Amino acid sequence: MAASPLPPPDPQFVLRGTQSAVHALHFFGGAQGQGRPLLLSGSLSGLVHIWSLQTRRAVATLDGHGGKCVTWLQTLPQGHLLLSQGRDLTLRLWDLAEGRNAIVDSVPVESMGFCRSSVLARGQERWILAMPGRGSDEVQILEMPSKTSVCTLKPEADAKPGMPMCLELWQADSSPRPLLLAGYEDGSVALWDVSERKVCSRVACHPEPVMGFDFDSQKARGVSGSAEKALAVWSLDEQQALQVCRTHKLTNPGIADVKIRPDRKILATAGWDHRVRVFHWWTMKPLAVLSFHSAIIHCVAFATDGLLAAGSGDQRISIWSLYPIRSDTSTPSLGHAEGREVGTQALA
Amino acid sequence: MDPVQSAVALTVREALHTLSSSEDGGHLLSTLGALKRYLSGAENAALPGEQEEFARMHFSAVLRCLVGRLSPGWLELLPDGQLEDLWASFFLEGPADQAFLVLMESIEGAAGPSFRLMKMAQLLARFLSAGRMAAVMEGQCRQLTEPAFRLLQETLLTKVVGLPDHLGNRLQRENLEAFLPQNYFPLLGEEIMRVLQAVVDSLRGGWDCSVSFLSQVLGKACVHGRQKEILGVLVPRLTVLTQGSCLWRRVCWRLVECVPDRATEALLTGLVEAASGPDVLSRLLGNLVLKSKKAQFVMTRKILFLQYRYSTPMLQSLLGYLAMDSQRRPLLGQALKELLETWGSPSAIRHAPLPQQRYVSSALLICLAHLQDAELQDSRDELLASLMAGVKTRLDSSLPAVRRLGMIVAGVASARIHPDGPPLKFQYEEDELSRELLALAAPPPVADSPSKAEASLCGASSKGSFFVLQSPAAETPDRGSVDSGVPQAQPEGSGSDLDSDDELVPYDMSGDQELKSGKAPAYVRDCVEALTSSEDWERWEAALRALEGLIVRSPAAAREVSVELAKVLLHLEEKTSVVGFEGLRQRALVAVVVTDPAPVAEYLTSQFYALNFSLRQRIDILDVLTLAAQELSRPGRLPKAPQCGSPSPASQPSSTQAPAWRAVVQERIRSKTRRFSQRSPRRGPDAGPNEFNLVAGYFFFPLIRHFDRPLVTFDLLGEDQLVLGRLVHTLGALMYLAVNTTVAVAMGKALLEFVWTLRFHGDAYVRRGLLSAVSSVLLSVPAERLLADLPDELLEARPWLADVAEQDPDEDCRVLAVKALLLLEKLRDTLIPLSSP
Repeated sequence: MAASPLPPPDPQFVLRGTQSAVHALHFFGGAQGQGRPLLLSGSLSGLVHIWSLQTRRAVATLDGHGGKCVTWLQTLPQGHLLLSQGRDLTLRLWDLAEGRNAIVDSVPVESMGFCRSSVLARGQERWILAMPGRGSDEVQILEMPSKTSVCTLKPEADAKPGMPMCLELWQADSSPRPLLLAGYEDGSVALWDVSERKVCSRVACHPEPVMGFDFDSQKARGVSGSAEKALAVWSLDEQQALQVCRTHKLTNPGIADVKIRPDRKILATAGWDHRVRVFHWWTMKPLAVLSFHSAIIHCVAFATDGLLAAGSGDQRISIWSLYPIRSDTSTPSLGHAEGREVGTQALA
Repeated sequence: MDPVQSAVALTVREALHTLSSSEDGGHLLSTLGALKRYLSGAENAALPGEQEEFARMHFSAVLRCLVGRLSPGWLELLPDGQLEDLWASFFLEGPADQAFLVLMESIEGAAGPSFRLMKMAQLLARFLSAGRMAAVMEGQCRQLTEPAFRLLQETLLTKVVGLPDHLGNRLQRENLEAFLPQNYFPLLGEEIMRVLQAVVDSLRGGWDCSVSFLSQVLGKACVHGRQKEILGVLVPRLTVLTQGSCLWRRVCWRLVECVPDRATEALLTGLVEAASGPDVLSRLLGNLVLKSKKAQFVMTRKILFLQYRYSTPMLQSLLGYLAMDSQRRPLLGQALKELLETWGSPSAIRHAPLPQQRYVSSALLICLAHLQDAELQDSRDELLASLMAGVKTRLDSSLPAVRRLGMIVAGVASARIHPDGPPLKFQYEEDELSRELLALAAPPPVADSPSKAEASLCGASSKGSFFVLQSPAAETPDRGSVDSGVPQAQPEGSGSDLDSDDELVPYDMSGDQELKSGKAPAYVRDCVEALTSSEDWERWEAALRALEGLIVRSPAAAREVSVELAKVLLHLEEKTSVVGFEGLRQRALVAVVVTDPAPVAEYLTSQFYALNFSLRQRIDILDVLTLAAQELSRPGRLPKAPQCGSPSPASQPSSTQAPAWRAVVQERIRSKTRRFSQRSPRRGPDAGPNEFNLVAGYFFFPLIRHFDRPLVTFDLLGEDQLVLGRLVHTLGALMYLAVNTTVAVAMGKALLEFVWTLRFHGDAYVRRGLLSAVSSVLLSVPAERLLADLPDELLEARPWLADVAEQDPDEDCRVLAVKALLLLEKLRDTLIPLSSP
């Protein structure tokens, strides 16, 4: 044990130039020896910036949301497709192959909420998309790229969970049935069986709305943050019942986003208190408090090589390198795989 | 006449004649040889009857004659110092007491430094080193109660104990090593041990012996203040010897019992000091406290109440000794009662010096540790009553140390005396003293095996088991409290299945504090509004935090609302638990006073005597005034001020030009000056007027004006003496800070009058304040003005100060009085050269 703790770390570097608050971050590429990944950021002004982590400059800017805030970014494993969700009530599909940045398709979003969508794509041509639906408490499932509505997941009449706040589609390795985890406004997290269109299990994690969560499908354990002063760790047992394992008190209230690193060693939270907190994922031991930003942090993201990015209301994106991933351990991908097949050279 | 007697007398007379007149060496030798036959143990000795007769009647005369003949020429009558050897052997082999007396007599009788004196001193040294002193004392032990020997014993006693003094007086610079007290008394101790050994041996052999002479020697040596030397030898030996043998123990008890009353105290304190623990003391003393009134007085009153120079281990041995025997235990209970009374008596608290109070408290706690619950129960009501009275008086005291002692002792004592009821609990910070005292309160360690063996030997078997039974139960809570102090460093979820946790070393997270919302007001007026009417506690706290900075930054804006702001701050209550609230509020208030001294000081001083304030607020007012005065009078404060505030445009050019001009001159001087040292020239602090000058009166006079008018809620001369103490200190500080101001003389006069009326105040804290106020008057008022305007006051103050310096029970008071006296002296010294030419 070290005699005195290490001094708090500094960011590895900082990306400036979005000129408005950063609301969405997403790494893509970077695996299989293809050099450093690219970082996508979505801003309040409706722009999506593509940053090269080599030159630390923006290589491209995508403008497709009419000046409205970009809340969610996701790349698909096949092709060089980027999904961006904006508060202009559209979901754009971009083609980034070979330096292009054209809108291929768009899907209308029918909810005014802040809920981020989710995709499930396992290398097939077809993939499914979950996004908030027309009714305030509904979640809509679409089959893409045909944009056919598969179903609408609507809670039972007496449940009243409020609006969905965050979504995550996943599929257990053993079964082909897609499952959806959804965090709701009343602080509960529910597990939906998409094909049966019913709630398998629901657990109240927080007294405040769930602002963000992440789920580790291998360990069947998830962590969620809300407007309150605590993180909740919950797990899923064999009967697909959710239960809260523990809560972890924080110094200041408000967590905007939670992400588990792909190697499932650590997790990071985006705090309203301008700080990123890093925890040991399994023990929930606090490891670091990263204070650099001067405004609310809206989003955090991990690259497959372990790099951590945090986007904040102070218009800056900080990049941190903590607890490097050991190269000898093979790290199986999460259920919601990062788009690692997308090459970087396509954009270069 | 008995034929034996006459025969011996004849021989001796002839021999003496020969000795005193003959110059023939051979003749002398044969005469001395003839005399030597009478000494016991000599070759072809005379009949025992003759020997006894010689020793009884003639030995001293022979020795005196021998001493009389001693001269260099006489000794050289025979070669090789034969005569000297023979001569000395009379002293070393004859009856020791007579030889010793003659030796001492001749040494004392010698007129001045001479050959004979030196010879005698050397002979005495030989006498001592040959262990003859044991023979002297042993002789006295064998002679049982013969009244005729009383006088001789007295003389011997004086000579034995006074030997170093006599020799030192006589020999002056030529004194021998052996006669120095630090060497002689350990030797005496050794000799006493040998005599005691002999006494024990003869007692075993069935012979009667008396140790009373030894007791007298021991007692007298102790009275002479030689406890350390003599007991340092005796106690360790006796500790070992008394451990296994009851006979030794009885001899030892007898030895202590026979000590005359006037020496009891000296001996007992020496013994308590030298004994290594209660069981040793118990073996050495037996039940002395029960047998001797004097010893009881010394052990239970004098050491506990009248003196306080002894160390804590001594107290522990003493009280442990009382606790070790069932017969002595009532004394311990009695001692506890009296200790508790003294501890709580208002007059003792007021007049006893602090070290003594600490001493009494330690004794009290040790007593408590030794007493059983059952014993405490018997007199519980009485004890509890005096404890509670004491706690009240102590907590009322204005001296923090007295209060602390009250809290520490009361916490422990109430838990012991009244175990069923809720114990008194106080919040005090732990320090050396409290830890030490609390450690005393823990029950003594389990009696070790020798003392248990002793317990069974001497029939006091009840207490051995008591210790064993009591200790574990009483120790547990103590251990628990120690454990709880150690932080539990058990990481949560350490039993996880991941073994790779070690690589993830946490970073320092001490910076992770609660985020304060950035709602701090930007203007002084906003702060006032936020502090008075805001229900938003974050804003309220932010305003409080920002206030001092805002006032310093914009003095003009602060001046507009200064009195209002002071009022708000004075009445401010800590509604939420803000970290450092007191400090924030005080700093803000000080900043207000400094920014706008006259009106705010006027307001605060008027509020000091107003009706509806708590003591806390009144004390705050005093503190703020002192701090503000200090800030105002600080030299070099002014140049800093323009940097903080926005500098006015008019003053800008001049202030920037001056340094430029100075720099040019400096540069020129530098280029034309050769310096021998490399040190950069240092500038002293900038000189500036004392800002306090203009406003000192506003601070000072309103405070001193009304102190003798009691209000319903506030009576300075009555029970609010704590505030009075603070007031006096504040006035003293203001006086000191008003140095070099024009009002200083008027202030000094008023302050001296004020001091004069209060000079016999009963509270030590107030007296300290008065004394420091006198010092600050002497420091601040110019010497010639003091003499011109305040001569009577100074004249009066002097004897008072001298009196306090000598007699005040409080040490700080005495020191302060001495300092004030020194200042007065210095003042006189400065005035004499002024007036003399």
